[in-house]
This record gives sequence, structure tokens and C-alpha cells, in this order.
Amino acid sequence: MSMFEGFRFRHVTSPIHNRDPRIKFLFVLVIFVIAVFFIEFLPLLVLFFLPLPFVWIAGVRRQWLRSLRGAVFLASFIFVFNFGFGYLYRSYATTAVLLEYSLAMTLRFLVMVGSFSIFFLTTSPDHLSLALEQSHVPYEFTFAFTTAVRFVPVLAEEAQTIMDAQKARGLELERGNFLKRVRNYIPILIPLIVSAIRRSLELAEAMESRAWGSSPKRTNLYVLKIEAGDLILLALTITLLASGIYVRYFVQIPQLSTFLPPLPF
Amino acid sequence: MSIIEAQCLTYTYPGASKQSLKDVSLTIEKGEFAILTGPSGCGKTTLCRCFNGLIPHFYAGELRGSLKVADQSVKEHTIGEMAKRVGLVFQNPENQLFALSVEKDVAFGLENLGMPREQMQERVDWALKMTGIEDLRERAPHELSGGQQQRVAIASVLAMQPNIIVFDEPTSFLDPLGAQRIFEVISDLNRKLGITVILVEHRLDLAAKYAGHVIIMDEGRIVLDGEPREIFNSEQAWLLGVGIPKAVRLWRLLDESGVALKGVPISSDEAIQRLKEVLWR
Amino acid sequence: MIEVNDIYFTYPTGVEALKGISLTIKDGEFVAIMGQNGAGKTTLVKNFNGLLRPSKGKVLVDGVSTKDVSVAKLARTVGFVFQNPDHQLFSETVEEEIAFALRNFGFDGATVEKRVTWALNLLDLADYRKTSPFMLSGGERKRVALASVLAWDPKVVILDEPTIGQDHRQKENLRQFIVQLNEQGKTVVIVTHDVEFVAECSPRVVLMREGRIIADGEAKRILTDTTLALEASIVPPQIAQIFHGLTFLGLPSDVIDVSEAKKILVEYFRGSQR
Repeated sequence: MSMFEGFRFRHVTSPIHNRDPRIKFLFVLVIFVIAVFFIEFLPLLVLFFLPLPFVWIAGVRRQWLRSLRGAVFLASFIFVFNFGFGYLYRSYATTAVLLEYSLAMTLRFLVMVGSFSIFFLTTSPDHLSLALEQSHVPYEFTFAFTTAVRFVPVLAEEAQTIMDAQKARGLELERGNFLKRVRNYIPILIPLIVSAIRRSLELAEAMESRAWGSSPKRTNLYVLKIEAGDLILLALTITLLASGIYVRYFVQIPQLSTFLPPLPF
Repeated sequence: MSIIEAQCLTYTYPGASKQSLKDVSLTIEKGEFAILTGPSGCGKTTLCRCFNGLIPHFYAGELRGSLKVADQSVKEHTIGEMAKRVGLVFQNPENQLFALSVEKDVAFGLENLGMPREQMQERVDWALKMTGIEDLRERAPHELSGGQQQRVAIASVLAMQPNIIVFDEPTSFLDPLGAQRIFEVISDLNRKLGITVILVEHRLDLAAKYAGHVIIMDEGRIVLDGEPREIFNSEQAWLLGVGIPKAVRLWRLLDESGVALKGVPISSDEAIQRLKEVLWR
Repeated sequence: MIEVNDIYFTYPTGVEALKGISLTIKDGEFVAIMGQNGAGKTTLVKNFNGLLRPSKGKVLVDGVSTKDVSVAKLARTVGFVFQNPDHQLFSETVEEEIAFALRNFGFDGATVEKRVTWALNLLDLADYRKTSPFMLSGGERKRVALASVLAWDPKVVILDEPTIGQDHRQKENLRQFIVQLNEQGKTVVIVTHDVEFVAECSPRVVLMREGRIIADGEAKRILTDTTLALEASIVPPQIAQIFHGLTFLGLPSDVIDVSEAKKILVEYFRGSQR
């Protein structure tokens, strides 16, 4: 149940939430691309801290940190992998350099996770679907997306009810070997699937009854308008991209390891 | 002036062994509030789906006979064209709402019709006001109660400004108070906006008092068609096991015991009135 | 016997659905848990078979706390028929569907066969033994769900909103069936908002509002109390409404049954003629 919490319609508004999703996406994409430019620690550190003001303004600190926490496992794996293999094959001049490199790779991963996380945390599904629509994605796809999101909590509840109903008939989901446990899910899956099919039929009837497909040009109640804030974000994005390219090609990036005393190992 | 004219409608769902509609003929006058009822499986849901063209355009199979709704022959017009004149509200509130906000859902039909934005906004505001759910505008459908969801469904249909709205057991999933509120909304639409209403219901205790016309079906046929008090009092209605209002049952029992009331009451208020006349000196 | 000792229940979402409920249901009782949608009725009964366990307080089924026993074990004593049969049906035949719980509980082949036949006959489904449950009509599927729960003969049967979507005749059949079950000694608990249905069976009524019990007693007393009706947001049965409008005549106000209503009115009428 809790994993679906993230899909609940957000009533939070903030200057970040209100930004055009297309510009936001571009911003996040640029951060992603620049992250790929660098293997050095310092620029990646800068990139990591870059979204923090946005996280603060949007009021999504807790959720953002939670998403990073979720990535910690994979991040530590990346660190260990890089450091371990680097050490074993002695591909680096000093251990300090290797350490910096491994930390940089780990940080890069976190930068990517952090930036996409902020995108999804500050963009409601409705906003997202509107952006897709206005980006000329065929309406069938946006509709399928929105309807799916809309029904996620409904299906989650239904799954819980079905599990309860079958448990009340003596079904024990936790017992038995692996094979038995998989078989135990059949009484859950079948009613869920049958119910989904029935639901689709009812939805189709309701759609048709409200003139679905009757007009070749479908209009929209809402429209995404580019506002001043969006232009600012766009300018920031372009500046960011330009700076990134400049730093990559024209600036000598200092290696942290040169400032540190040599490490004991 | 009639707004629905059905002549000898006969229909079988593809793959079914029995006919769902057998020779159904009826007339609904403009501005009426008609109740359509009958035992489960009698064909009332099938008939509803004919009114807006789901049969024969969405459900395959041959629809024999003729059906004219709001001056349009159902067989010759697409569901989209029928949707502008006939709305259909279904039983399950959850499965009629698609969008992530109430406002967007109410606009759904209008968006499908390609209506310009300003006009849409006006219609949506109007529909929300008419159904008394303006305060729910920004809410997500999943957060709403069944009764609220059903009102959103009604608003979505109302926004298209049809001449007729067909309600197929709209209160099945609601508690009696929620059901009462829905009937009041429906009655408002009928009286204040002149929308012709066809209500399919089992809960006649709560709904009977609104109707001016009652149609009872059984096994695909129309078996009773007329004025509520006449119908509910008829022998056939009793035998069919239709949910005749308790007030009528009481009237009958009293009548059999020699206590005659001036008329057949179909609601508790009417019953109180009639009983006062006879018992209060 | 089900004993509920001052229980509280809060859902993971933070909603407090039960706020201090105490209740005892003796063996063989017929109880209707009533109230508006959202009052906590279903939450309460789910605590009877361990599907939910109270956050505070405890529920004892035959002296054993539900916290100490698994749902599967409790299910042997407390059968639960859910509102929507489609949330249970998954087997290839009606026979398989009814046998499902019996097999889960470890009954041997011969007993399973016997019980299945018994349940099929009880709910008039013998003709559909080898039919796929998905091919049956709504009413028939409801009967299959009911049969599959009654098959293992639980002492207590809980029915969650059994009258939804049913026509008058189906409700009448259901009513007679439930009354019969109770007369045979089963403890029957129905969760319902259908006042007319309850008025016809006249069980003990437990009225809930916002997670609390606000009344517990005879159906005719509770369903005719206008203050309670207002508080619990329920609509009194039509007969009760009629008598409420006639109290100035000196007629009793706690009438919910049509036949009783007739008797009282006829007597009054004859009295007023003299």
C-alpha cells in the first residue's frame, strides 16, 4: 500500500510545482547530461547541491531525502565496485586518486537519482499528462497514462480486499515452499484480473456515452502557458548547459586528492 | 410531445441463448420522470443501453424494431451524436470517472466534442453548481464518497446538456441517505431544467414519489406501463415481486381489512395524509 | 461468543476508524451492524475474524484473543461473506470454488465431497456443479460465494452488505435464508445500511456513527428513534416514518413491521367508529 503513496494526487503547490513540466524536464535532463560530462568529484558535488534550493522551495525535503536513501544501497555498491576493482588492478596512481574517483562515480549516480526524483516529486500526474498532450503525444497514450494513475489506488484497495476475502477462506499466503507460495497467489490474481476486465468494460461504456472519439480534434480544459517563472528556469537551464560545456573544455578541474596528505595505504 | 418512441424492439446479445428484449414498445413524453423497474435480468439495463446507442453500436448484435430518441433514430446515428441529446449515468460511481480531478472529469465529454475552452469552462461551472458540488472542484475522484462520485458522474453528463438523462440504478452502492440526495438532484434536474428522466431503480420506497410514469419489465417484455399509483396497486406488480413501496403495501392490507383510504399513497408523506383523513375526526 | 473489549483501530493512513467499541455477541444471536457508509461497520467486523487486529484493546472469540490466533484458524469459527462475490471467485467450476476453503482447512477427500454436495443443495446450486462461476448471473454468483463460506459450517457467519444490487425477490429469499440459518443455531452478523431489510428481519441492531456505537438493542426501538436516526444519518423505515407522523393520534411510535402496522391501524379505526 505504501509504495503507491507516491502516486497520490498532490495538493501541494509551490513555485516549483507550478513550473511547466516540459521546462522542468529539460532542466533535469541537462543536469543528467552534464553529470555524464564529468568524472571529477568537484563538479559533480556542485551538480549535487544544485537542485537543493529547488527541493527547499518545493517543500519536498523529506520525500527527496527518502528517495536518495532508497538509492544508497545501489550507490554503495557502485562505490565498492569502483574502489575494489580499481585497487585490485592498480589502475590508479595513488589510492587517494582512486578514492576520489570512486566517490565521484557514486556521487554521479546520486545526482541522476536526485534530479529525476525532484522532477517526479514536483510534477503532478495531471500536469504531466497535460504536458504530454501538448507535446503532441497522441491522446490515447496520455489518456491511458492518466487513467492508469487514477486507478492505482483503487486497484491497490481491491487487491487488499481480495486477499482478505481469500484469507477468510483459509488461504495462508506465508506458508509453504516457494512453489506453493506462488500457487497461493492464483486465488488473488484471477479475481483481480477478472475485475480489471469488468472494470474496463464499464469504463468503455462510460467513455462512449460521453462521446469519446466523436470529434477529430479534441480540446482541453486546461492549457499549459509559459510564464515568467518558466522563462527564468529555461534561462537557468541554458546557462547551466553552457557553463557545463565551458568547464568541461576550458577549465582545469582541481583534483581534491592533490590537496590531501598522502593516505596511509 | 414524445421524446422517446420505441416500437417492437427486439435484441439478443451476441452469443446469448435468450432474447434480452422482446417486442418492447413504449413512449416517453418530454419532461417526464419515468421509473423503469423489474426483477433482475428483465432487460431494463439492456433497454437503457439502447436509448443512447450503446446497443447496437458498441454491443454487436442486431437490434430489431425502431427506436427514436430526441428525434434521432438510434440505429442511424453514432453514439457520439446521440450523446449530445441523451446522457447515461451508470451504477458504479468509480467506473465512470477517468480524470485526476473532478473539474477535468466534468469536462471530459465536452473535450471529446471539441468544444472551445471558454465555453467549456462555463459549462463545467454550471454543471458543478447544478449538482451542488462546486466545493469538490479540485478533488481527486478516489478521495470522494460514493454519493459524491455519483454526483460528479451526473455533472459530467449534465455538462453536455442533453435533453434526456437515463440513470441505471445509480444508487446501488449508496446508503439510503446518499440515495435520497441523488434522487433530489435528479428531481431538481427534471423540475428546474426540464430534463426528461428515466430512472432504473429497485429502491422504490425512496424513488416512487418522484415519478409520473412507471414501467415494469419482466423477461425482456414490458408488462406494466402507466401511472404509479395504478401500477403499484395492480395484481401483476405484486406477483412479479417488484419492490413495491411499504406505503402501498400498508394501503392494500388496510383495504383488505375494510379500512378504505381515499387514494393509493406512494410515499410516507402521502400515507400520513391519507390516514389522517380517515382516522382523525 | 464474540467479546469486544474497548477496542480502538487506526488504519495505516492515520484514520481512526474505531474509537472505543465494546460489544458482546452471544452464540445464536442475530445482529445487524448499521450506520452510514464510513461509520466503521466493516472495520469492526473485520476485527471479528482477525483480518484486522485492534490497535488498543482486544477481541475474544470463544475466549481466545484474536491477536493470538491466525486468520486461517479464526476463519474456521467465523465465516465472512464479502460484499462482492467477484472478489472471491476464481475456480474453474462451482464445485472447485466451494471445495477451496474445505481443502485449505485440511478436510479429507470424502468429507470435502459430502460438504460440497450439501452446500450446493442448500443454496439451490446443484445444477451448476460443473459450471464455471464466471458464466453465472450476479445473483447466482452471490449464492456461490455464500455456499463456499457455509460449506465448512462455521459457527458464526458475517455477511457484509448482502443486499446490494439485489432485486426485491432476491432480498426476500436472502432474508428467509438468513433467518433460517439463525434458527438453526448459527450466530449471524449482517453489516448493512438497508433499513427496510432490517425492519423485516428485526434482529438486534447495533448502530454506529464515526467509529462509535451509539445504540444497541431491539430493531423496532432503534429504527424508530428519530433523534438516533438523525445522529447516525440513517433514513428510518417507511412504516416508522408513517407512524412518526401519526403520533398525535396516540398511536405507538415504535412500529416497523407492515403487518403490525395494519393491525394497530385497523384496531384504531374500528375503535374510532364506535
